[in-house]
Amino acid sequence: MFSAEQSCWFVRKVICWRAVASIAWAVLLLPPITAVFVILSRFSLLHPIQTVSECLTFLTSASVIFSFILLCGVIIMVGFLNLEYYTVIPTIACSKIALLGQLLHPRHFVNSLAHCIMGIIVAWCCAITIGGRYEAVAYPCTPGDGADSSHQMCLNEYHFILLLAGAFVGLSHSMLGVIYNMNYVPFHTVQQYKYLRFKGSLPMLVKCSATQALYSVRNYIVLYFFLGYIPKAWICKTLNLHLNSSVHPLDSIAGLLDLNLLYQLWVSAGFLLLTWHVTLLLFRIFVTEVYSFAVQSSFTEDAHQCLPKVLTGKQSMILKFLALQDLALLSQHSPLRRVEVFSLSQPGGHPHNWNAISKECLSLLSDLTQRLIAYHDTVATNGRAKSLSTGSERKTSSETSVTSGTDDLMSPRPTFLMKTPASVFARSIVGSPLTAPFTPDLDSPFASPALRRLTAPPDPFSPWSGTVQSPHIMRRVPKLWSTSTDSQVNGSPPASPASVPSPKQEQSKPSLLAQFLQNRKEQLPEASSQALFADSQAHIWALEGLSYLVQASFSEDQFGVVQTALPSILSCMLVLQEAVDRHFKLPHASSKPVRSASSLGDSTHKTLRFALRATLKTAIYRITTTFGNHLNAIQMSAEHRKRLQQFLENKE
Amino acid sequence: MCSLALFPAPLPAGQTTLCESNNELLSGGGSTEDRLKQESSPLSLYFPRESLKLHCRTESSSKAAFLDHSETLWMRSAAAWRDGGLTGLLDEITNSNTEVPKWLSVSSGFTLALIRWFSSFHGSLFPHLTMSSEDMLAEFSQVLNWSDCVVRAFAWHPHADKFALALLDDSIKIYNPKSATTPTLKHRLQKSVAAVQWKPLCASALAVACQNCLLVWHVDPCSLSTRPSSGCAQVLSQPGHSPVTSIAWSPSGSLLVSASPMDTAMMVWDVAAESCVPLQRVGGGGVTFLSWSPDGSHVLASTPSALFRVWETRMWTCERWPCVKGRCQSGCWSPDGSRLLFTVQGEMVIYALTFTDSPAGVPTCTTKGPQAAAVVADLSETTFNTPDGDIMVGGEIQSLAWDPTGERLAVLLKGDSQAADRPAVIAMFKTRTTPVFELLPCGFVQGEAGAEARLIQFHPNFQHGALLTVCWSSGRITHVPFYFLSTSVPHFGLGGSPSLPRPQERPADFNQSLFTELAS
Repeated sequence: MFSAEQSCWFVRKVICWRAVASIAWAVLLLPPITAVFVILSRFSLLHPIQTVSECLTFLTSASVIFSFILLCGVIIMVGFLNLEYYTVIPTIACSKIALLGQLLHPRHFVNSLAHCIMGIIVAWCCAITIGGRYEAVAYPCTPGDGADSSHQMCLNEYHFILLLAGAFVGLSHSMLGVIYNMNYVPFHTVQQYKYLRFKGSLPMLVKCSATQALYSVRNYIVLYFFLGYIPKAWICKTLNLHLNSSVHPLDSIAGLLDLNLLYQLWVSAGFLLLTWHVTLLLFRIFVTEVYSFAVQSSFTEDAHQCLPKVLTGKQSMILKFLALQDLALLSQHSPLRRVEVFSLSQPGGHPHNWNAISKECLSLLSDLTQRLIAYHDTVATNGRAKSLSTGSERKTSSETSVTSGTDDLMSPRPTFLMKTPASVFARSIVGSPLTAPFTPDLDSPFASPALRRLTAPPDPFSPWSGTVQSPHIMRRVPKLWSTSTDSQVNGSPPASPASVPSPKQEQSKPSLLAQFLQNRKEQLPEASSQALFADSQAHIWALEGLSYLVQASFSEDQFGVVQTALPSILSCMLVLQEAVDRHFKLPHASSKPVRSASSLGDSTHKTLRFALRATLKTAIYRITTTFGNHLNAIQMSAEHRKRLQQFLENKE
Repeated sequence: MCSLALFPAPLPAGQTTLCESNNELLSGGGSTEDRLKQESSPLSLYFPRESLKLHCRTESSSKAAFLDHSETLWMRSAAAWRDGGLTGLLDEITNSNTEVPKWLSVSSGFTLALIRWFSSFHGSLFPHLTMSSEDMLAEFSQVLNWSDCVVRAFAWHPHADKFALALLDDSIKIYNPKSATTPTLKHRLQKSVAAVQWKPLCASALAVACQNCLLVWHVDPCSLSTRPSSGCAQVLSQPGHSPVTSIAWSPSGSLLVSASPMDTAMMVWDVAAESCVPLQRVGGGGVTFLSWSPDGSHVLASTPSALFRVWETRMWTCERWPCVKGRCQSGCWSPDGSRLLFTVQGEMVIYALTFTDSPAGVPTCTTKGPQAAAVVADLSETTFNTPDGDIMVGGEIQSLAWDPTGERLAVLLKGDSQAADRPAVIAMFKTRTTPVFELLPCGFVQGEAGAEARLIQFHPNFQHGALLTVCWSSGRITHVPFYFLSTSVPHFGLGGSPSLPRPQERPADFNQSLFTELAS
């Protein structure tokens, strides 16, 4: 009923235009940023006024205009990459190995390469702008002692070091982007106009670009000091250039302690990062802008664009998120649209709008509940298995006694369940209920198109795919890469006794690498909890939307459409509340992540579970304070009633 | 316009106001019997000043006595940087001119002078920036004479019958008549508490405005612990955002705003995520007082200058309201959020602003407000002839409180701290919002002899009218009920609970404890 071209409707008509608008603004902002960069890079303390006038004449010269066009191209490219790689559900690596896997994934590799090349282009523009000794890649020189006067071209190392710095900063930007989830688009709880939001985050942006540039340049300098001779030799060979032995080489301590050089490197890196960060910020601001969906339409051809249809659709993640956001806002702020939600269909008198909305919200919430319960079960059994046997023995004991009982059947499960949601190496895991807790199912509403594209085909470049034959390694795959298992997907137990090498063999060969990797894997304990709640922004909106609608229904619902759903809403929330409470009793679940202030990578996804817990409690309280003792008339189980009573007495 | 001349004369000394019933304020004599009755109610508390263990810490004064001056220059510089920031470091370098090169000490001295000149220039624009943080808290607090007050902050829980209060010794106590335990909250960072507020739609979260940060305590109401550990507190801090003088939760419980006179940005916190969005407006030089309207649509933010803002919370845009005379000292919202009463420092009147709702459903850019505020009450000095002689009442206003039904308005008048016969006094008004806004005189609320009111707050859901809680300078906390039948069913917009059918008004029955009636 909801075909692909209709879903494209939103991406085509809204998201793409928003992205284009953000890129246009980024391009418009480029001239002032470039002007500031020109002034900063050419400023001399001794002749301030002369510098300014020089800069002004320089800014109108042909070379600058050419490099400016190049920079615009780079910005457009960055904006395009932002659109291509953005996601509303962060990818959380549960282990360092998984993170490494993400970094080396071809998709990200292409991204890094593109950033690297764009970094070089920007650095070239910077070199042109700075001028002086940075301007040209080669200069005529006399080789050797200068006795023979045959002129040769020598490599201008200042130019070269700047270009390489651009490549390095671009690469590290893209790497950090993966580590800090910079492609994650966070939604804000505080709604502001785009201009004010941009203005508000501009100081932070400048600060964070400057610091990141500083760190990048530091790392680059160290790297260049040790390994700088390799690219230098290569470029000399390729371009048939010579090294001027009379000039001091830059990959030495004396060469690198050139303050002007360091300053220019820093300013160029800061310029590069700032333009890219501005593009990213604008993209985020434009994409997350509230989109107001019609609750119902009088024309049937627009019916697929209405809120109830859009909410239940499973096509585009961003569409679903924006619809939920709109639902949360309309339930809170606009009585007129709430009336439409509570209204009955004209012939027939069915509350279709309310039914669709409440059903979708409830299914989202119960989905989360199921996920939490499954996670809790696996962790609980995992803990028991751990207490019985430790270290490498655990592997053998659990696998040798496969047939003994349910407990043992459970124990290998955590090893494949502990994986990142939409881990980059995940192969298609269709419909396996066991995988649900940790990987938002690829066919579920939570898989973004980017993600699906990412995971759909078995990755031919993955080092572990295809060629792996040995069951020994096969079994290690999930542990190493913390992804789904192939064996489990097929429904067979992980390893039948026949195919397992004998435990003795395994013990005699305690692969050091495997142990090392195993240790690495367990280093991010909080991450699995984060991964579990990675898409919880949707649940938060669903909770808010439902609770506000229920609250408003107390006075606005003329036909009593909400009343019928009240028992299921309450029980769904109470069950979720119990599951969330249980989850927060687990170790690491309630530990707060470190607040990283100076990074553009938004850390809101790390605290989503706390936000969800708070919102859930508030939502239940909102209903209980609105309805008060009327809730006693609702049919529900004794256990739920007891829990509800706690809320009615303000004791939760 | 209502003026104090219409008020009934204040009570003679020694009489205390007990309650309002049948449209008049009843008073009791200074007899011990009456006092006993009032004290027998479980929530009337008394904190004698002597019972509090006050720490006499002034870090600046003890520093000179303990600092080891034989440390190396590097160590001292690092310590100065840590303690005093850039100016401290420059000061240290300038002072130790025997150890550093001459050019360094001279240049740092020059920089220091430049910074001081600039900050004095800045300070002359905004004089409050030169104050110490304690003085600033005292100046901008809603509590009268904050630095000397035993109870520095007080907050009723919006749903349950419990309250939290912050004492002079920086501890916070939570009282609940239904529970035997009174948790005491102490935290390393909990210094100079300026305000406390419970999170709406939550049983446990209490936000505390401290000198250097915000704390959000999570006190489990079922826990039997009397000293919750400091692990129960979330610390929210932002560089440059201290001291925090005012906080306000959104009525939907999702956001918390905090204000500091030193920071031109008002912070909107997402408490669960511990992240904040600064809403920066440079004019005014800081934000001193915040008040969120009960329907959640507007926030009043006053600045240290003669300017205040009214933020609209949908898209967080603001209206500027310049005042003629002084800064906005206090303000309160009508229960439906459509009317704002505020007072201005240096003036003895109450102003009213009316906000009309924009057409529903249309995303509001800026709600079109009124063009000018109207004076609704004049509280200038008035002399009453009483048997004891002439009593002068009136003056500047410290704070305003409007009860949740919108029928009583309490105004705390500053009085004159120099003149002995002009203590702070609470003037009560009857208010009516429909069909037209009206203020009618009700009377003065007085405490026992020698006690001045310092802090007033209404109980958020008192069943039989309104309940005013007053913290006195003696350290006593009393509750004054106003029994009346609400003329209109209170409607809280989205934020509140619907009213239950009210029981028939009872005649004043003092033999019964007030709070037995509250127990639901």
